[in-house]
Amino acid sequence: MSNFDQELDARGLNCPLPILRAKKTLTGMTSGEVLKIMATDPGSVKDFEAFATQTGNELLDSSEVDGEFHFLMKKTL
Amino acid sequence: MSSKRLTIISSKGTLDWAYPPFILSSTAAALGYEVTMFFTFYGLQLLKKELNLKVSPLGNPGMPMPMGMNNWFPVLGTTIPGMETIMTTMMKNTVKSKGVASVEELRDLCLEADVRMIGCQMTIDLFDMRREDFIDGIDIGGAATYFEHAGEAGVNLFI
Repeated sequence: MSNFDQELDARGLNCPLPILRAKKTLTGMTSGEVLKIMATDPGSVKDFEAFATQTGNELLDSSEVDGEFHFLMKKTL
Repeated sequence: MSSKRLTIISSKGTLDWAYPPFILSSTAAALGYEVTMFFTFYGLQLLKKELNLKVSPLGNPGMPMPMGMNNWFPVLGTTIPGMETIMTTMMKNTVKSKGVASVEELRDLCLEADVRMIGCQMTIDLFDMRREDFIDGIDIGGAATYFEHAGEAGVNLFI
């Protein structure tokens, strides 16, 4: 996993909380910063893809690690 | 008309029907949609300061029950006094244990995300409801107000 500026632990949370928490955290970050999100909700994989497309933020990485889902979201706007 | 605008008419006031409107609204808001929720009839229960939402197994044949009860539990059993309270408590516990937000939390997230919430004037008058019973931060309006927003929205849902 490459560098990230902030980390969000969304494990144990189900839809729509991972997305909502991510949105809130990203709002407090500056453009260019990267947010690492960890989630256990399998639905979050598709959700974060949609989130990236819809909001214009860039999903740098999406992977499964030990049954958890890790994402790297770069704030672009 | 913008495709990234959503309106939802919320007409039901039970625990199971409270989730769809708030989940859809909060998610849409997170995705950058402009959201308006219009609460009418029993949907107004969702705007009360003190949420006291119930879910009843009576008349809900699609409701999953634990321990395979769906298969043998008679419909008449759902009318046993206390059944509604038991089912409501069980539902709330299941929601909590699965890491799903409570209705109050979802509603707060919506308000935080600037989701516009409108209470139906006619229903408030009809059921003699009081403005003080509802949360702050909501507007009161009629069907015409709803259409002002719906006409501009790409997604309009009736729940």
